[in-house]
Amino acid sequence: MNGTARTARAEPRTSLGEHLRTALGLTGTHLGCEQGDCGACAVLLDGEPVCSCLVLAVQADGCRVETVESLARGDDLGPAQRALLEEHGLQCGFCTPGLLMRMTHARRTGAPASDVLGGHLCRCTGYGGLRAAVERHCAVEARKEDQP
Amino acid sequence: MKPVAFDHVAPVDLAAALDLLAERGTRAAPLAGGQSLVPLLNLRRVRPDVVVDLNHVVGLAGVRVTAGEVRIGAMTRLRVLESHPDVVAALPVLATAASAVAHPHVRTRATLGGSLCHANPAAELPAAAVALDARLVLRHRGGARVVPAAEFFTGPHTTVLAPGELLTEVVVPRVPELRFGFAELARPGGSGYPLVVALLGVAVEGGVVVAARAAAGGVAPTPVRLPGVEAALPGRRCTADDLSAGLATAPVDHAAGHRDAVLRSLLRRITAGLE
Repeated sequence: MNGTARTARAEPRTSLGEHLRTALGLTGTHLGCEQGDCGACAVLLDGEPVCSCLVLAVQADGCRVETVESLARGDDLGPAQRALLEEHGLQCGFCTPGLLMRMTHARRTGAPASDVLGGHLCRCTGYGGLRAAVERHCAVEARKEDQP
Repeated sequence: MKPVAFDHVAPVDLAAALDLLAERGTRAAPLAGGQSLVPLLNLRRVRPDVVVDLNHVVGLAGVRVTAGEVRIGAMTRLRVLESHPDVVAALPVLATAASAVAHPHVRTRATLGGSLCHANPAAELPAAAVALDARLVLRHRGGARVVPAAEFFTGPHTTVLAPGELLTEVVVPRVPELRFGFAELARPGGSGYPLVVALLGVAVEGGVVVAARAAAGGVAPTPVRLPGVEAALPGRRCTADDLSAGLATAPVDHAAGHRDAVLRSLLRRITAGLE
Protein backbone atom coordinates (compact mmCIF):
# COMPACT_ATOMS: atom_id res chain seq x y z
CA MET A 1 0.00 0.00 0.00
CA ASN A 2 1.94 3.03 -1.33
CA GLY A 3 5.15 1.16 -0.58
CA THR A 4 4.19 -0.07 2.89
CA ALA A 5 2.72 -3.46 3.77
CA ARG A 6 -0.73 -2.97 5.30
CA THR A 7 -3.09 -5.61 6.66
CA ALA A 8 -6.81 -5.04 7.13
CA ARG A 9 -9.77 -7.40 6.98
CA ALA A 10 -12.49 -6.83 4.41
CA GLU A 11 -15.91 -8.30 3.79
CA PRO A 12 -16.05 -9.89 0.31
CA ARG A 13 -18.58 -7.30 -0.86
CA THR A 14 -16.32 -4.35 0.00
CA SER A 15 -14.79 -2.62 -3.01
CA LEU A 16 -11.11 -1.79 -3.02
CA GLY A 17 -12.01 1.91 -3.06
CA GLU A 18 -14.23 1.66 -0.01
CA HIS A 19 -11.62 -0.43 1.78
CA LEU A 20 -8.94 2.19 1.13
CA ARG A 21 -11.16 4.91 2.54
CA THR A 22 -12.69 3.16 5.54
CA ALA A 23 -10.31 0.43 6.72
CA LEU A 24 -7.01 2.02 5.70
CA GLY A 25 -7.98 5.66 6.27
CA LEU A 26 -6.76 6.73 2.82
CA THR A 27 -9.58 9.07 1.87
CA GLY A 28 -7.77 10.66 -1.05
CA THR A 29 -9.40 8.14 -3.41
CA HIS A 30 -12.93 9.31 -4.24
CA LEU A 31 -15.82 7.00 -5.06
CA GLY A 32 -18.20 8.60 -7.56
CA CYS A 33 -20.50 6.50 -9.72
CA GLU A 34 -19.33 3.06 -8.53
CA GLN A 35 -20.10 1.76 -12.03
CA GLY A 36 -16.82 2.41 -13.82
CA ASP A 37 -18.04 5.51 -15.65
CA CYS A 38 -16.57 8.51 -13.82
CA GLY A 39 -12.94 7.55 -13.23
CA ALA A 40 -12.67 9.40 -9.89
CA CYS A 41 -11.68 6.22 -8.04
CA ALA A 42 -8.83 5.16 -10.33
CA VAL A 43 -5.79 3.77 -8.52
CA LEU A 44 -2.80 1.75 -9.71
CA LEU A 45 -3.01 -1.97 -8.98
CA ASP A 46 0.33 -3.68 -9.58
CA GLY A 47 1.24 -0.63 -11.62
CA GLU A 48 -1.83 -0.66 -13.89
CA PRO A 49 -4.78 1.75 -13.65
CA VAL A 50 -8.08 0.27 -12.45
CA CYS A 51 -11.39 1.57 -11.16
CA SER A 52 -11.13 0.82 -7.45
CA CYS A 53 -14.93 0.64 -7.30
CA LEU A 54 -14.87 -2.39 -9.64
CA VAL A 55 -12.20 -4.43 -7.88
CA LEU A 56 -13.12 -6.22 -4.67
CA ALA A 57 -10.83 -5.45 -1.77
CA VAL A 58 -10.17 -9.16 -1.33
CA GLN A 59 -8.91 -9.32 -4.92
CA ALA A 60 -6.15 -6.85 -4.07
CA ASP A 61 -4.75 -9.20 -1.43
CA GLY A 62 -1.00 -9.34 -1.97
CA CYS A 63 -1.03 -6.68 -4.70
CA ARG A 64 0.80 -3.38 -4.89
CA VAL A 65 -1.66 -0.49 -4.64
CA GLU A 66 -0.75 3.13 -5.36
CA THR A 67 -3.11 5.96 -4.55
CA VAL A 68 -3.04 9.75 -4.75
CA GLU A 69 -1.48 9.84 -1.27
CA SER A 70 1.74 8.51 -2.80
CA LEU A 71 2.30 11.42 -5.18
CA ALA A 72 3.58 14.24 -2.96
CA ARG A 73 6.70 14.11 -0.79
CA GLY A 74 5.60 16.07 2.24
CA ASP A 75 4.67 19.51 0.94
CA ASP A 76 6.42 18.94 -2.39
CA LEU A 77 3.82 18.11 -4.99
CA GLY A 78 4.48 15.42 -7.57
CA PRO A 79 4.75 16.25 -11.27
CA ALA A 80 1.14 15.42 -12.16
CA GLN A 81 -0.11 17.52 -9.25
CA ARG A 82 2.06 20.46 -10.29
CA ALA A 83 0.76 20.25 -13.86
CA LEU A 84 -2.88 20.37 -12.68
CA LEU A 85 -2.12 23.26 -10.34
CA GLU A 86 -0.28 25.29 -12.95
CA GLU A 87 -2.88 24.78 -15.68
CA HIS A 88 -5.94 25.26 -13.45
CA GLY A 89 -6.93 21.65 -14.08
CA LEU A 90 -9.20 21.36 -11.07
CA GLN A 91 -11.80 23.21 -9.09
CA CYS A 92 -13.79 21.09 -6.63
CA GLY A 93 -11.22 18.31 -6.71
CA PHE A 94 -13.60 15.36 -6.75
CA CYS A 95 -12.34 13.87 -10.02
CA THR A 96 -8.74 14.86 -9.35
CA PRO A 97 -7.31 11.79 -7.55
CA GLY A 98 -8.32 9.34 -10.29
CA LEU A 99 -7.01 11.61 -13.00
CA LEU A 100 -3.71 12.10 -11.18
CA MET A 101 -3.16 8.36 -11.07
CA ARG A 102 -3.92 8.04 -14.80
CA MET A 103 -1.50 10.89 -15.55
CA THR A 104 1.16 9.25 -13.40
CA HIS A 105 0.70 5.92 -15.19
CA ALA A 106 0.70 7.59 -18.62
CA ARG A 107 4.05 9.27 -18.08
CA ARG A 108 5.64 6.12 -16.68
CA THR A 109 4.53 4.10 -19.71
CA GLY A 110 4.97 6.78 -22.35
CA ALA A 111 1.25 6.73 -23.21
CA PRO A 112 0.07 9.74 -25.24
CA ALA A 113 -1.89 12.53 -23.58
CA SER A 114 -4.87 11.70 -25.79
CA ASP A 115 -5.23 8.35 -23.96
CA VAL A 116 -5.61 9.91 -20.54
CA LEU A 117 -8.76 12.03 -20.31
CA GLY A 118 -11.23 9.45 -21.65
CA GLY A 119 -13.22 7.88 -18.84
CA HIS A 120 -12.69 10.76 -16.42
CA LEU A 121 -15.70 12.98 -15.86
CA CYS A 122 -15.09 16.50 -14.57
CA ARG A 123 -18.01 18.82 -13.93
CA CYS A 124 -15.99 21.93 -13.06
CA THR A 125 -13.26 22.69 -15.55
CA GLY A 126 -14.90 22.16 -18.92
CA TYR A 127 -11.75 20.10 -19.59
CA GLY A 128 -9.75 23.04 -20.98
CA GLY A 129 -7.38 23.27 -18.03
CA LEU A 130 -7.37 19.52 -17.63
CA ARG A 131 -6.35 18.96 -21.22
CA ALA A 132 -3.59 21.54 -20.97
CA ALA A 133 -2.31 19.92 -17.77
CA VAL A 134 -2.34 16.41 -19.21
CA GLU A 135 -0.59 17.54 -22.39
CA ARG A 136 2.06 19.42 -20.43
CA HIS A 137 2.57 16.44 -18.14
CA CYS A 138 2.80 13.81 -20.87
CA ALA A 139 5.14 15.93 -23.02
CA VAL A 140 7.93 15.23 -20.52
CA GLU A 141 9.67 11.87 -20.39
CA ALA A 142 9.42 9.85 -17.19
CA ARG A 143 12.11 10.57 -14.62
CA LYS A 144 12.90 9.43 -11.11
CA GLU A 145 10.11 11.40 -9.42
CA ASP A 146 7.53 9.58 -11.60
CA GLN A 147 8.42 6.17 -10.22
CA PRO A 148 6.70 4.67 -7.18
CA MET B 1 -24.25 1.35 -2.96
CA LYS B 2 -22.90 -1.73 -1.20
CA PRO B 3 -23.69 -5.06 -2.83
CA VAL B 4 -25.66 -7.60 -0.81
CA ALA B 5 -23.36 -9.78 1.26
CA PHE B 6 -21.89 -12.75 -0.61
CA ASP B 7 -19.19 -15.37 -0.13
CA HIS B 8 -16.05 -15.04 -2.24
CA VAL B 9 -14.36 -18.19 -3.46
CA ALA B 10 -11.25 -18.10 -5.63
CA PRO B 11 -10.42 -21.61 -6.90
CA VAL B 12 -7.14 -22.24 -8.69
CA ASP B 13 -8.25 -25.12 -10.87
CA LEU B 14 -11.01 -25.24 -13.41
CA ALA B 15 -12.58 -28.44 -12.07
CA ALA B 16 -13.09 -26.82 -8.67
CA ALA B 17 -14.66 -23.76 -10.28
CA LEU B 18 -17.01 -25.93 -12.36
CA ASP B 19 -17.92 -27.96 -9.26
CA LEU B 20 -18.88 -24.79 -7.42
CA LEU B 21 -20.90 -23.49 -10.34
CA ALA B 22 -22.68 -26.85 -10.69
CA GLU B 23 -23.49 -27.04 -6.99
CA ARG B 24 -24.64 -23.45 -6.53
CA GLY B 25 -26.40 -23.02 -9.91
CA THR B 26 -28.11 -19.66 -10.30
CA ARG B 27 -26.99 -18.64 -6.79
CA ALA B 28 -23.39 -18.43 -8.00
CA ALA B 29 -21.97 -15.59 -10.10
CA PRO B 30 -18.69 -16.20 -11.96
CA LEU B 31 -16.39 -13.17 -11.64
CA ALA B 32 -14.00 -12.51 -14.53
CA GLY B 33 -12.70 -8.94 -14.88
CA GLY B 34 -15.60 -7.52 -12.88
CA GLN B 35 -16.21 -4.56 -15.18
CA SER B 36 -19.82 -5.65 -15.84
CA LEU B 37 -20.59 -7.86 -12.86
CA VAL B 38 -19.35 -5.53 -10.12
CA PRO B 39 -21.50 -2.58 -11.31
CA LEU B 40 -24.48 -4.97 -11.28
CA LEU B 41 -23.52 -6.08 -7.77
CA ASN B 42 -23.13 -2.45 -6.66
CA LEU B 43 -26.58 -1.67 -8.08
CA ARG B 44 -27.96 -4.83 -6.44
CA ARG B 45 -29.30 -5.93 -9.81
CA VAL B 46 -27.43 -9.20 -9.17
CA ARG B 47 -27.62 -10.77 -5.71
CA PRO B 48 -25.56 -13.96 -5.65
CA ASP B 49 -24.89 -16.09 -2.58
CA VAL B 50 -21.39 -16.78 -3.82
CA VAL B 51 -19.04 -15.07 -6.24
CA VAL B 52 -16.76 -17.58 -7.95
CA ASP B 53 -13.64 -15.54 -8.70
CA LEU B 54 -11.95 -16.92 -11.83
CA ASN B 55 -8.87 -14.71 -11.60
CA HIS B 56 -6.69 -17.41 -10.06
CA VAL B 57 -7.88 -20.33 -12.19
CA VAL B 58 -4.87 -21.70 -14.04
CA GLY B 59 -5.09 -21.96 -17.82
CA LEU B 60 -8.00 -19.64 -18.55
CA ALA B 61 -5.94 -16.76 -19.96
CA GLY B 62 -3.65 -16.58 -22.94
CA VAL B 63 -3.45 -16.69 -26.72
CA ARG B 64 -2.43 -19.69 -28.83
CA VAL B 65 -2.08 -19.43 -32.59
CA THR B 66 -2.18 -22.44 -34.90
CA ALA B 67 -2.16 -22.58 -38.68
CA GLY B 68 -5.93 -22.42 -38.90
CA GLU B 69 -7.17 -20.65 -35.81
CA VAL B 70 -6.46 -18.44 -32.84
CA ARG B 71 -7.51 -19.83 -29.46
CA ILE B 72 -8.02 -17.19 -26.80
CA GLY B 73 -8.62 -18.00 -23.15
CA ALA B 74 -11.80 -16.44 -21.79
CA MET B 75 -9.89 -14.68 -18.98
CA THR B 76 -7.57 -12.90 -21.42
CA ARG B 77 -7.68 -9.22 -20.50
CA LEU B 78 -8.57 -6.71 -23.17
CA ARG B 79 -5.36 -4.85 -22.39
CA VAL B 80 -3.50 -7.98 -23.48
CA LEU B 81 -5.78 -8.75 -26.43
CA GLU B 82 -5.47 -5.29 -27.98
CA SER B 83 -1.67 -5.38 -28.05
CA HIS B 84 -0.83 -9.10 -28.28
CA PRO B 85 1.57 -9.49 -31.22
CA ASP B 86 -0.05 -12.76 -32.36
CA VAL B 87 -3.53 -11.24 -32.27
CA VAL B 88 -2.39 -8.07 -34.01
CA ALA B 89 -0.74 -10.21 -36.72
CA ALA B 90 -3.42 -12.87 -37.20
CA LEU B 91 -6.65 -11.03 -36.31
CA PRO B 92 -5.90 -7.31 -36.43
CA VAL B 93 -9.57 -6.37 -36.41
CA LEU B 94 -10.07 -8.20 -33.11
CA ALA B 95 -7.24 -6.18 -31.56
CA THR B 96 -8.81 -3.01 -32.92
CA ALA B 97 -12.23 -3.94 -31.55
CA ALA B 98 -10.71 -4.71 -28.14
CA SER B 99 -8.91 -1.36 -28.08
CA ALA B 100 -12.22 0.42 -28.73
CA VAL B 101 -13.85 -0.94 -25.56
CA ALA B 102 -14.41 1.63 -22.80
CA HIS B 103 -11.14 3.13 -21.46
CA PRO B 104 -7.65 1.91 -20.50
CA HIS B 105 -8.46 1.64 -16.79
CA VAL B 106 -11.42 -0.62 -17.66
CA ARG B 107 -9.44 -2.70 -20.18
CA THR B 108 -6.79 -3.40 -17.52
CA ARG B 109 -9.30 -5.72 -15.86
CA ALA B 110 -11.98 -6.47 -18.48
CA THR B 111 -11.79 -9.86 -20.20
CA LEU B 112 -12.87 -11.27 -23.56
CA GLY B 113 -15.04 -13.91 -21.92
CA GLY B 114 -16.65 -11.39 -19.60
CA SER B 115 -17.56 -9.11 -22.46
CA LEU B 116 -19.10 -11.96 -24.48
CA CYS B 117 -21.07 -13.35 -21.52
CA HIS B 118 -22.36 -9.91 -20.52
CA ALA B 119 -23.80 -9.84 -24.06
CA ASN B 120 -24.55 -6.17 -24.41
CA PRO B 121 -26.08 -5.96 -27.91
CA ALA B 122 -24.05 -2.84 -28.79
CA ALA B 123 -20.71 -4.05 -27.42
CA GLU B 124 -17.67 -4.31 -29.66
CA LEU B 125 -16.45 -7.84 -28.92
CA PRO B 126 -19.75 -9.72 -29.32
CA ALA B 127 -20.11 -8.11 -32.77
CA ALA B 128 -16.50 -9.03 -33.57
CA ALA B 129 -17.08 -12.63 -32.46
CA VAL B 130 -20.07 -12.87 -34.79
CA ALA B 131 -18.21 -11.22 -37.67
CA LEU B 132 -15.24 -13.56 -37.27
CA ASP B 133 -17.37 -16.74 -36.92
CA ALA B 134 -15.82 -17.44 -33.52
CA ARG B 135 -16.67 -20.68 -31.73
CA LEU B 136 -17.23 -20.53 -27.98
CA VAL B 137 -16.16 -23.40 -25.73
CA LEU B 138 -18.65 -23.79 -22.86
CA ARG B 139 -17.62 -26.15 -20.10
CA HIS B 140 -19.61 -27.63 -17.26
CA ARG B 141 -18.85 -30.29 -14.68
CA GLY B 142 -18.22 -33.43 -16.69
CA GLY B 143 -18.49 -32.02 -20.17
CA ALA B 144 -18.24 -29.31 -22.76
CA ARG B 145 -19.96 -28.04 -25.87
CA VAL B 146 -18.93 -25.69 -28.63
CA VAL B 147 -21.37 -23.01 -29.75
CA PRO B 148 -20.94 -20.69 -32.77
CA ALA B 149 -20.97 -17.03 -31.74
CA ALA B 150 -24.00 -16.42 -33.94
CA GLU B 151 -25.98 -18.90 -31.81
CA PHE B 152 -24.54 -17.86 -28.44
CA PHE B 153 -26.41 -14.58 -28.08
CA THR B 154 -30.18 -14.87 -27.61
CA GLY B 155 -31.14 -11.34 -26.62
CA PRO B 156 -29.95 -8.28 -24.71
CA HIS B 157 -27.71 -9.57 -21.91
CA THR B 158 -28.88 -13.13 -22.49
CA THR B 159 -27.03 -16.09 -23.95
CA VAL B 160 -27.39 -19.86 -24.23
CA LEU B 161 -25.15 -20.31 -21.15
CA ALA B 162 -26.92 -22.61 -18.70
CA PRO B 163 -26.49 -22.39 -14.92
CA GLY B 164 -23.27 -24.22 -14.10
CA GLU B 165 -21.74 -23.54 -17.51
CA LEU B 166 -18.65 -21.43 -18.05
CA LEU B 167 -17.21 -19.92 -21.22
CA THR B 168 -13.57 -20.99 -21.10
CA GLU B 169 -12.17 -20.40 -24.59
CA VAL B 170 -12.90 -18.49 -27.76
CA VAL B 171 -11.72 -20.12 -30.99
CA VAL B 172 -11.42 -17.77 -33.94
CA PRO B 173 -10.77 -19.21 -37.41
CA ARG B 174 -8.05 -17.40 -39.32
CA VAL B 175 -9.32 -15.94 -42.57
CA PRO B 176 -6.26 -14.25 -44.06
CA GLU B 177 -8.09 -13.71 -47.36
CA LEU B 178 -10.58 -11.38 -45.65
CA ARG B 179 -9.35 -7.88 -44.91
CA PHE B 180 -11.51 -6.34 -42.17
CA GLY B 181 -12.29 -2.87 -41.03
CA PHE B 182 -13.98 -1.72 -37.81
CA ALA B 183 -15.96 1.40 -36.99
CA GLU B 184 -18.25 2.52 -34.21
CA LEU B 185 -20.24 5.53 -33.14
CA ALA B 186 -19.42 6.16 -29.51
CA ARG B 187 -21.85 8.13 -27.39
CA PRO B 188 -20.25 11.52 -26.75
CA GLY B 189 -19.60 12.17 -23.09
CA GLY B 190 -20.45 8.63 -22.10
CA SER B 191 -17.91 6.02 -21.25
CA GLY B 192 -20.25 3.10 -21.84
CA TYR B 193 -21.23 1.26 -24.97
CA PRO B 194 -21.30 2.68 -28.48
CA LEU B 195 -24.59 3.37 -30.24
CA VAL B 196 -23.70 1.21 -33.24
CA VAL B 197 -20.65 -0.87 -34.06
CA ALA B 198 -19.83 -2.31 -37.50
CA LEU B 199 -17.31 -4.75 -38.95
CA LEU B 200 -16.84 -5.36 -42.63
CA GLY B 201 -14.36 -7.66 -44.35
CA VAL B 202 -13.72 -8.26 -48.02
CA ALA B 203 -11.69 -10.80 -49.97
CA VAL B 204 -10.33 -9.30 -53.15
CA GLU B 205 -8.94 -10.97 -56.27
CA GLY B 206 -7.67 -8.89 -59.15
CA GLY B 207 -9.19 -5.75 -57.68
CA VAL B 208 -12.68 -7.30 -57.47
CA VAL B 209 -14.46 -8.35 -54.29
CA VAL B 210 -15.03 -12.10 -54.29
CA ALA B 211 -16.45 -12.49 -50.77
CA ALA B 212 -17.66 -10.23 -47.99
CA ARG B 213 -18.39 -10.59 -44.30
CA ALA B 214 -20.34 -7.99 -42.34
CA ALA B 215 -21.70 -7.78 -38.83
CA ALA B 216 -23.11 -5.09 -36.57
CA GLY B 217 -23.98 -4.42 -32.97
CA GLY B 218 -26.50 -1.99 -31.56
CA VAL B 219 -29.05 -2.52 -34.31
CA ALA B 220 -30.88 -5.59 -32.97
CA PRO B 221 -31.35 -7.44 -29.66
CA THR B 222 -28.15 -9.38 -30.42
CA PRO B 223 -25.12 -8.71 -32.60
CA VAL B 224 -26.03 -9.77 -36.14
CA ARG B 225 -24.49 -10.67 -39.44
CA LEU B 226 -25.61 -8.48 -42.35
CA PRO B 227 -26.42 -10.92 -45.19
CA GLY B 228 -27.76 -8.15 -47.40
CA VAL B 229 -24.39 -6.40 -47.28
CA GLU B 230 -22.49 -9.65 -47.72
CA ALA B 231 -24.51 -10.40 -50.88
CA ALA B 232 -24.25 -6.90 -52.34
CA LEU B 233 -20.47 -6.50 -52.40
CA PRO B 234 -19.07 -9.47 -54.35
CA GLY B 235 -18.47 -8.47 -57.96
CA ARG B 236 -17.82 -4.85 -57.03
CA ARG B 237 -14.43 -3.33 -57.64
CA CYS B 238 -12.57 -2.71 -54.37
CA THR B 239 -12.69 1.06 -54.54
CA ALA B 240 -14.39 3.28 -51.99
CA ASP B 241 -16.82 4.53 -54.65
CA ASP B 242 -17.81 1.14 -55.98
CA LEU B 243 -18.11 -0.42 -52.51
CA SER B 244 -20.22 2.54 -51.38
CA ALA B 245 -22.44 2.09 -54.42
CA GLY B 246 -22.87 -1.55 -53.44
CA LEU B 247 -23.72 -0.63 -49.88
CA ALA B 248 -26.27 1.96 -51.02
CA THR B 249 -28.48 -0.72 -52.56
CA ALA B 250 -27.91 -3.36 -49.86
CA PRO B 251 -30.70 -4.06 -47.43
CA VAL B 252 -29.33 -3.59 -43.92
CA ASP B 253 -31.83 -6.14 -42.66
CA HIS B 254 -32.14 -5.14 -39.03
CA ALA B 255 -31.69 -1.49 -38.23
CA ALA B 256 -34.53 0.98 -38.12
CA GLY B 257 -34.62 4.75 -37.99
CA HIS B 258 -31.49 6.65 -37.19
CA ARG B 259 -29.47 3.54 -36.35
CA ASP B 260 -29.93 2.42 -39.95
CA ALA B 261 -28.38 5.69 -41.09
CA VAL B 262 -25.56 5.36 -38.55
CA LEU B 263 -24.80 1.78 -39.60
CA ARG B 264 -24.69 2.71 -43.29
CA SER B 265 -22.41 5.61 -42.47
CA LEU B 266 -20.07 3.36 -40.46
CA LEU B 267 -19.94 0.78 -43.25
CA ARG B 268 -19.11 3.52 -45.77
CA ARG B 269 -16.37 4.75 -43.46
CA ILE B 270 -14.89 1.23 -43.34
CA THR B 271 -14.95 0.86 -47.13
CA ALA B 272 -12.80 3.97 -47.46
CA GLY B 273 -10.10 2.13 -45.49
CA LEU B 274 -10.48 -1.13 -47.44
CA GLU B 275 -9.78 0.51 -50.80
